[in-house]
Amino acid sequence: MEDLRNKARELLAAKAVQVVVGYGRGTGASRRAVFIQSAAEAGELLFDNACRQNLAVYLMKPEVRKLGKMALVAIPATLRTILQLASENQIQDLELLALVPDASGAVTQLATFAAIEAHVVLQDNDLSAAEKGELQKYEIMGMEQRRQFWEEHFSRCLKCYACRAACPLCYCSRCTVECNQPQWIPVPAHDLGNLEWNIMRAMHLAGRCINCGDCSRACPVGIPLHLLNQKLISEVYTHFNSRSGMAAKADHAMSTFKPNDAEDFIR
Amino acid sequence: MAIETTSIKRETLEKLFSNWLSEGKRILAPKKLGDHVDFALVGSLAEVSLDQVQTVQSPKIAVFPRVEELLAFQSTDGNVQLRERDLAVLPETVIFGLRPCDAAAFASLKAIFDWDTPDKLFSARLEKITVVGLSCSRADEYCFCTSVGGGPGAAAGSDILLTDMGREDFLLEIISEKGRQAVRSVSAGLQPDAAMDKESRLARVTPAFTVEKISSVLAALFDDASFWEKQSLRCLGCGACAYVCPTCACFDIQDEGGASGKRLRCWDSCGFGLFTLHTSGHNPRPLQSQRWRQRLMHKFSYMPERQSVLGCVGCGRCSRACPVDMNMVEHMRAVAEAKP
Ligand code: SF4
Ligand code: SF4
Ligand code: SF4
Ligand code: SF4
Repeated sequence: MEDLRNKARELLAAKAVQVVVGYGRGTGASRRAVFIQSAAEAGELLFDNACRQNLAVYLMKPEVRKLGKMALVAIPATLRTILQLASENQIQDLELLALVPDASGAVTQLATFAAIEAHVVLQDNDLSAAEKGELQKYEIMGMEQRRQFWEEHFSRCLKCYACRAACPLCYCSRCTVECNQPQWIPVPAHDLGNLEWNIMRAMHLAGRCINCGDCSRACPVGIPLHLLNQKLISEVYTHFNSRSGMAAKADHAMSTFKPNDAEDFIR
Repeated sequence: MAIETTSIKRETLEKLFSNWLSEGKRILAPKKLGDHVDFALVGSLAEVSLDQVQTVQSPKIAVFPRVEELLAFQSTDGNVQLRERDLAVLPETVIFGLRPCDAAAFASLKAIFDWDTPDKLFSARLEKITVVGLSCSRADEYCFCTSVGGGPGAAAGSDILLTDMGREDFLLEIISEKGRQAVRSVSAGLQPDAAMDKESRLARVTPAFTVEKISSVLAALFDDASFWEKQSLRCLGCGACAYVCPTCACFDIQDEGGASGKRLRCWDSCGFGLFTLHTSGHNPRPLQSQRWRQRLMHKFSYMPERQSVLGCVGCGRCSRACPVDMNMVEHMRAVAEAKP
C-alpha cells in the first residue's frame, strides 16, 4: 500500500500526472474510486481484494478527463480496457499511466501501450474456473429454456442504464437506445423494450467486452448480464480466435471487414 | 384519529391475509427473489420476507409503475379519438411490510403529483392502497430516517403499523380509518396491547445531520461549483438512484404504435445527461456535478420550499443501489459541514 501511495506522491509532486485515479475507503468494507490530485491526499489510496471496480470507466468521463493526465490504478481487466479503448481510437498512447499493484504491494508503472501489452500477455485473461462453470450450466439449457431464462430476468430490468454507465466500453455520446429518429429501441421498460435493449447492448459488446463484470455488479435488480457477455466472449474466441483488450492496434471480430472474409453476405 | 394500539398473533395476521385476498385485494410485499428482496405480489404471509433492512425497489411501484399507459389513441383520416384509462378497474392493493421511511414517502410523491393540477391516475392509485408498515428492528450504514424527520417506528404514512415483538406476536397500531377498515374482519382476534415495549424492538439510527442546518447551507452552496465537482466526480450518471428511490417522481412520455397506439409514462432521472437537453442542442446542465446538485437541491431545498415536504425519507436505497458507492448520508453530512 505504501508503495502505491509513494508512487502517487512522486508522480503528483513531479507533475508527471495531474490525477491518480485509485481506490479508497467506501461504505462499510467496500472500496470506491478516489481522485487524488495532490501528494497530500495520497494517503487515501488503498489496494486489496475488495478493489473491484474497473476504473478505466473514468477515462471516458469528460469531467475526469479534463483534470489532466491520469495515472490509473489497474487490475487485470482495467489493463485490457485500456488496450481495447486504444484499439477503438478512444485514447492516445502516453495519455495516461497505469499503476499495477501486485499481491505483495509492489507497484509496476506502465507508461506506454507497448508496456501494457507486454504486461497483459503475461496475466490470465481467460474466464475464471468459476465463470466457466457458470457458463457451462447456462449452456446445457435448451433454446426454449434460455429464452425463458432471459425473459424472466429482463422483465425485471428498470432501464436505469447503470450497466451502460458502469461499462467502460459503453462510451457512446448518444447511445442507440436514445436515438429517436428513427427510434430503434422502445424506450419504455416493458418486456419488448427491455429485451431489445439488453440484446442490443450485448451485441454492441460482442468482441469488445473485456469481462470486468461491472455491468452485472452495477445492475440493481441482479440481472446476470455477465453471462451474456461471457457467452459472447467464448463464441468470439472459438470462431475468430480473438480476445478483446490484448493489443492497442487490433482487428475487431464484429466490425472489421476484409475481402477474404468467409461470409459473403457483406460483399 | 387517535392511534389505537392492540396486538395480533401471527396466525391472525395469516387469516387477515386470506381475508384481504378473498375481498379481491392484491397484496404487495417484500419477497425473496434470488439473492435479493424486492416487492412482489404475494398470496400468503409465509411468502413475505420480514427481516431484510430494505428491499431493492421502493413501493412507489404501486402508485407510479415504471411504465404506465396514460391513454390510448386512434387516428382515422385525421380524426383522433382518445380513450382515457378506466380508473375503476385499478386494483385495491394492500402494501404489506414496507418500512416506516417508505410509508412516509407517499406524502412526497403526492406533493409532486397533486401539485397544481392533481394527477388523476396517481390519485386513483393512491386512493386504492392500504399501507401496512412494519417497524425496523435493524438498520444499516445507509439508513438515515432520523435525520429527515422519520424513525424506525414512525407511524406517518402508514394506515396500520406493525412491530414484530417476537414469539409470533406483533404490536398493531391502527393509524387511520382506512387501517381500521382493513383489520375489521379480524377485530375479534385483536388483543389489547399487554404493555408491549415497542421501543425496545426498534433499530437505533443516530441522526447524522439536521434539516435546519442543510436548508441554511444549501441555497448558499448552489454556486460553489468546486464543491459539487468534488462530491460528484465518481458519479456515472445512471438512473439507478432515482429508480429505486421512493420519492423520485420524474417521468418521460412516450407514444407507441403509430396511428393507433398508447401514450405511456416512463420513469426518468435528472442524473441522465440527456434529461435536460433542449431541442436546440443547448443543455442547461451539461455536467454531472450540476446534475448531482440538482438531485440534492430538489430533495432538500426546492421541495421543502415549494411543497413544504422533504423529497427524501432516508431509506438509503439510492446508496445501496449506486454502482460507485455514492452514499447519500455521507453527502448530506458534507453539505451540513460545508462553509459556503
Ligand atoms: S449499448 Fe451500444 S450504443 Fe449504447 S453506449 Fe453501449 S455500445 Fe454505445
Ligand atoms: S443495470 Fe440492470 S436494471 Fe438497469 S438497465 Fe441495466 S439490466 Fe436493466
Ligand atoms: S434520496 Fe435516497 S435515501 Fe432519500 S428517499 Fe430517495 S432513495 Fe431514499
Ligand atoms: S449517484 Fe450512483 S446511482 Fe446515482 S446517477 Fe450517480 S452513479 Fe448512478
